Amino acid sequence: MTLYDWLLFLHVLAAFAIVASVVAFTVLVVTPDAAALRLTPLARRLWDIGGGGTIFFGVWLALNRPEYGIFDGWVIAALLLWFISAGTGTRFGMAYESARQTGSPPERSLALYGVMTAAVALLLLDMIFKPWA
Amino acid sequence: MSLAIIRPDGWDFPLLLHVAGTMVLVGSLAVVLTCLVLGRREGAVPLTRLGFRTLLFGALPAFVVMRAGAEWINSKEDIPDDPSWIGIGYSTSDGGLLLLIIATVLAGLAARRLRREGGRSPGVATAASLLIALSIAGYALAIWAMTTKPD
Repeated sequence: MTLYDWLLFLHVLAAFAIVASVVAFTVLVVTPDAAALRLTPLARRLWDIGGGGTIFFGVWLALNRPEYGIFDGWVIAALLLWFISAGTGTRFGMAYESARQTGSPPERSLALYGVMTAAVALLLLDMIFKPWA
Repeated sequence: MSLAIIRPDGWDFPLLLHVAGTMVLVGSLAVVLTCLVLGRREGAVPLTRLGFRTLLFGALPAFVVMRAGAEWINSKEDIPDDPSWIGIGYSTSDGGLLLLIIATVLAGLAARRLRREGGRSPGVATAASLLIALSIAGYALAIWAMTTKPD
């Protein structure tokens, strides 16, 4: 396996962790009971691993390949979407962590969930369609 | 690897379906495994029911999207002499479906038994969680094969 193969594999694996985190957060949102809140640590850890992994291996990939440039339109869009998703996802996770301590689901967190999910979905679209490449 | 980098535009949407379906499938399986494992300690009734519902409404539909996307992109790429990475993908997908169906039935039985009798998580829930762990390991192998594309 080449370095590129490793970087791509680890980048994609980290992306899987992010989507797995969104799935876990979705289960938390649609199941507002105390038992479901026990999924919060899973969702938060997957978010941390996925977020860190995608940005680290993604930037390395962009620097590693001559076909990709860090200032390509789709790469800049990805970085922007990553910051939006990282900010909202981290705050959303913290809201659920507080809820887990108290035992009742957080209020007024749906907007954060919506922005986080939309940003992750747009990130996936950006990675596949590569606009402005 | 140039195939992965330079890709005709017409392949993008089927690839999106395939990748998004797989991501939601693996995410759902991770949630179910966590539910069933946490349910062994306490909260077996709600967590086993939640795991069963996640299999039913998350993992199974995601599998259909993943497989439909795979068939679609495979028909567009039309790669001659199916290389090993495609074989790994199909083997994982076919085996994964079987494991998914059995795990869903077992989790459903566990949820029903717990609702009627209560108590600790039954053995069928443990069997379901083992099958799901096996599926996740298989999908990790498939992700490696799909991204590195060995001959």
